[in-house]
Amino acid sequence: MNLFLLSWKYIKDKPLNTFLNVLLMGLGIAIILVLLILNSQLEENLSKNKRGIDLVVGAKGSPLQLILANVYHIDFPTGNIKLDEAKALTRNRQVKSAIPLALGDNYQGFRIVGTNHDYVKLYEGSLASGDLWKYNLECTIGTNVAMQLGLKIGDEFFGAHGLSDTDLDHDEASYKVVGILEPSNSALDNLILTNIESIWQVHEHTDEEGDEDHDNHDHEPVLGSAYETGLPEGGSDAEITSMLIQFRSAMGAVVMPRMINSDTNMQAASPAFETQRLFSLMGIGVNMIKSFAYIIIVIAGLSIFISLYNALKDRKYDLAIMRSLGASKTKLFIHVIFEGIIITTIGGVLGFLLGHGLVEFLTGLYEKSEAIGISGMVLVKGEFYVLLISVGVGVLASILPAFNAYRTQISKVLAQE
Amino acid sequence: MITIENLNFGYSEKRLLSISHMEIKEKQHLMILGKSGSGKTTLLHILGGLLKPVQGKVLIDGTDLYSLSGTEMDKYRGQNIGLVFQKAHLISALTVKDNLLLAQYFSGIPQDKGRIKEVLNTLNLGEKLNSKVRQLSQGEQQRVTIARALLNNPRLLLADEPTASLDDDNADSVIQLLKEQAENHNASLIIATHDQRVKDAFDLQLNLNEQ
Repeated sequence: MNLFLLSWKYIKDKPLNTFLNVLLMGLGIAIILVLLILNSQLEENLSKNKRGIDLVVGAKGSPLQLILANVYHIDFPTGNIKLDEAKALTRNRQVKSAIPLALGDNYQGFRIVGTNHDYVKLYEGSLASGDLWKYNLECTIGTNVAMQLGLKIGDEFFGAHGLSDTDLDHDEASYKVVGILEPSNSALDNLILTNIESIWQVHEHTDEEGDEDHDNHDHEPVLGSAYETGLPEGGSDAEITSMLIQFRSAMGAVVMPRMINSDTNMQAASPAFETQRLFSLMGIGVNMIKSFAYIIIVIAGLSIFISLYNALKDRKYDLAIMRSLGASKTKLFIHVIFEGIIITTIGGVLGFLLGHGLVEFLTGLYEKSEAIGISGMVLVKGEFYVLLISVGVGVLASILPAFNAYRTQISKVLAQE
Repeated sequence: MITIENLNFGYSEKRLLSISHMEIKEKQHLMILGKSGSGKTTLLHILGGLLKPVQGKVLIDGTDLYSLSGTEMDKYRGQNIGLVFQKAHLISALTVKDNLLLAQYFSGIPQDKGRIKEVLNTLNLGEKLNSKVRQLSQGEQQRVTIARALLNNPRLLLADEPTASLDDDNADSVIQLLKEQAENHNASLIIATHDQRVKDAFDLQLNLNEQ
């Protein structure tokens, strides 16, 4: 027998009461943990993906949509911009580098992105096997694409128009996998990368459907005009979706967006600013749910306090007897504190399992969550503080009852029979 | 063995009782008699180290009880004084065994299940070892408290109104049991009671009504 065991046996003696308190505590902790896990992973992944991109230039529309579509690949593009206009922009002194993107197709829900090798370098992607694309209609795929679709080097597939897998296939030109990337925990993991000309070529076929005498049978591979860096050669009506721009100096951030937004048909949006805006919008909701969770934890603490306090009335004889058996005042104090801590710690552990389980369950429910890199099976910063909170609540809830136990006047209680 | 010197005690300043000198020798038993409110429980608590007297000394085997510090006193009480109350104050969340283990744990002596079985057997409670306290009858519960009081081989066994809620037959047998067990364990037995049925059980008596 020891104090811990003694407290544990008292807890076990009131299973329903204990269950309620543990459940309340667990729910509060679980909600906070879910928010913490989602928030921190979202923030981490969003900031990782926008690294190195000072400005995104695309078609006019919602700036947030422009960022979500072109940096995080979770929203639809705002439209297309003229290749010539984009090229003109790259000649600006403020522009250090510009990576073009052409979106619009998918394969089984994974986006096909026309770009150049700079895009892979931007996210410090490296090859797991094979090579980066060079010829049109060659592609290099992200690790999740390879894993989930079971694609290997040499496999061929037809892209589908649009960004969801229900759309019509472009069944004239097939892509060929030439390389697979290592996991980078960035947008690359879920993308199929190819030349911008590949995208054009696939769409040209669609436009000229039925035009039998076109070079349909010509399978001579064409080397991309700008597969490593820069913008591809294209006709006057050629279009791309967007450009990711890095400035030469901070001056660019001041001058460029205004210049682009007022003087051209294009729109410029800053990933830093837009994600900041997104978080402040989400923050209101997150904070409200968080306050709600803290209220639940306070109620849990209160409930534990009340049940300990009430139980102590019935237990004053028990405590006096323990004193008469030789227990010191301090031991009784610790005995009651233990009871509070044990309940809240079990609640904390339950909340921990519930929180992580819930996130994992939700990520399984929504396909998109994997695309932005959210998992329930990771520990996030701040999580241990939450468990510390649960122990703290236990101490707080039991400190007054424990103090009463400490002050038990043996003789008075025992004489009251 | 137990010496009381210049003891002043009572509920309040108004009603103080005093015992100038009293000695209880080894293996001697004492009956404290008095009606309700006469101060017999108070005296018993003072002898048991549960309540500091207004004035005076209690010496057990030469140890001045109230010169000990709080924690020393708690330990001394746990190891040397066994207490039996009118109601069987057992910890109902625990089994019989755990109640007795607790007595060993709190008094700081090694926890010994063999000793627990031995004491329970002498009180015919051997098969109740793992029963929850709530499953026991009143009589059984009281015998468990006696077992608990004797567990640590105390020098002094104190019983407060042990027969108050019992019928004639049982009152007598509880007194006999306490006496027998105290003698087996070489402990002095002090009983405080207002129960006329048992007042003549011991030769040595202290009548608080007369004070």
